[in-house]
Amino acid sequence: MITLINIELYKIFKKWRTYIGFIAIAVLIPLIEIAMHIEGTRSLNFATRQISETFIFVGNLLNTYFVSYLILNSLAVHIPFLITLVAGDLLAGEATAGTYRILVTRPVSRFNIVTSKFVAGIIYTSLLILWLAVISLGLGYFIFGTGELLVLKSGVIIILAKNDVLWRFALAYCFAVLSMGVVASLAFLFSALVENAIGPIITTMAIIIIFLILSAINVDIFRSITPFLFTTYMNTWSSFFDNPMDTAEIIKSVSILSVHIIVFYGLALYIFQKKDILT
Amino acid sequence: MIIITGKNSEIILEKEKIIEIENLSKQFKDVKAVNGLNLNVYNGDVFGFLGPNGAGKSTTIRMLTSLITPDSGTIKIFGKTLKENRIPILRRIGAIVEKPDFYGNLSAYKNLDILGRISSKEISKKRIMEVLELVGLEKRFKSKVKTFSHGMKQRLGIAQALLHDPDLIILDEPTTGLDPQGMKEIRDLIIYLSKEKKKTIFLSSHILYEVELVANRMIILNKGAAQVEGSVEELLNVNKLRVTVEVSEAEKAKTILTNTDWVKKLESSINGKMIFNLSPEEVPELNKYLVHNNVTVNALIPTRSLEEFFLNITQKASG
Repeated sequence: MITLINIELYKIFKKWRTYIGFIAIAVLIPLIEIAMHIEGTRSLNFATRQISETFIFVGNLLNTYFVSYLILNSLAVHIPFLITLVAGDLLAGEATAGTYRILVTRPVSRFNIVTSKFVAGIIYTSLLILWLAVISLGLGYFIFGTGELLVLKSGVIIILAKNDVLWRFALAYCFAVLSMGVVASLAFLFSALVENAIGPIITTMAIIIIFLILSAINVDIFRSITPFLFTTYMNTWSSFFDNPMDTAEIIKSVSILSVHIIVFYGLALYIFQKKDILT
Repeated sequence: MIIITGKNSEIILEKEKIIEIENLSKQFKDVKAVNGLNLNVYNGDVFGFLGPNGAGKSTTIRMLTSLITPDSGTIKIFGKTLKENRIPILRRIGAIVEKPDFYGNLSAYKNLDILGRISSKEISKKRIMEVLELVGLEKRFKSKVKTFSHGMKQRLGIAQALLHDPDLIILDEPTTGLDPQGMKEIRDLIIYLSKEKKKTIFLSSHILYEVELVANRMIILNKGAAQVEGSVEELLNVNKLRVTVEVSEAEKAKTILTNTDWVKKLESSINGKMIFNLSPEEVPELNKYLVHNNVTVNALIPTRSLEEFFLNITQKASG
């Protein structure tokens, strides 16, 4: 299995589309951070204008933690797209290229083929989030330095001491891997269904965008279905910055997202086991 | 080879069955691609699997290589059922199924390296270079496969099929898209693998001539069912030809032949075309006899009954 996973990773990293995500992050994050460096103080003053009359802010509020927190918040839609580019191609790409035939006629079980591809997809997802963390926090450190993290959530101000922040980021990025794992698993499931990689990418993105819109619209009927949308639980990463942390909420989200990953992977496996290779 | 002792202490030699297909069927929506197919391939055979396009050859090969699941029937390879013993059976099979597709962004060497590692068998660099040399691609081992011509990909397809030194080689139309020289090279390779390496080869083709040149046994498939099966020599009946003789004066020729043995071999005579059933040696004899009796022979066209039969089903299949 290790050999198969290595081969799948080799195949993934030999495709240029794999690097789109890494390049996009490497370009986008510095741009955001430079813009924040130029305009950030004004933006921060604007965000804190209501409370600045009551409180006096001292210290370096525009620091790498604050910027990385904002970046993580704003990339909820964009990172899934970068994930689906690779995850949607994992099985369907073999069908499009016609390489299913040389792969499936080898003495290896279909379970091993699917599982190695799935694990490779999750590793890619993890590396992309790790890259995001390194660029975001690392570059931010050089541009802004460190400081206390100011979190504004639904009218509540949370200020976290700078030596109390890094572990929260570590957990938040781990949670982001789990969230993006759901996206990767969904794209992987669609990838098992079709023979063209474009379909899984578009379908997965369509589902995520629809779910996000349904979650965002503040209407009773939509509010009642929100608990059934996996996107609802993807935002729980921000709970790691609550003080105190809502552990029950985090465990619930982790469980629900994990179940989604297992179900999507299980369905992909079932479909591939039964699939007639006709390409 | 299995040795069976008969009741009169005779020693009967029976070849080991490598592929046994019984009552195999596969349907896609309304199309019955394979319909109750039965066939046996024996150890050391070069088995020609012949049929027009759409006859069900590739569907059968996909079932043999476990790419698709049969609706009914059984496949036994090396005496074991494919369904229950897929992995150990595939370990002993090398196959090209339809087009030779590879990871285009990787080199020929890397493609083979990956396929060898997936086969969970230790494939050395030497072995990879050996098979590349066998198919004449050793100088292009570093080139990305996307830069290869169709013929080169076809040869790389054969290389990947041979990589793990399989006992059974399944080749699905391996000469498709090759130039005449390339076709000859593949045929020579098949003969080499059969004669020198003692491999059993299952060769699918829609060209009777190609099968005739390399196979010892064959089956003709049409509409998913076997039409004829047997040894190539028997089926092609090399000692019996159906010869169309075109003469200028058919009536005169018939009169001349009336009181000879040739008339017994005359099957029909229509519009100056006389059809005889002859041995190859009799063809020049008949020509000589007619010319000697002042009958102008415009053409002598030998065909074989199976060839005609195959031509008929091919023409019907193409519409």
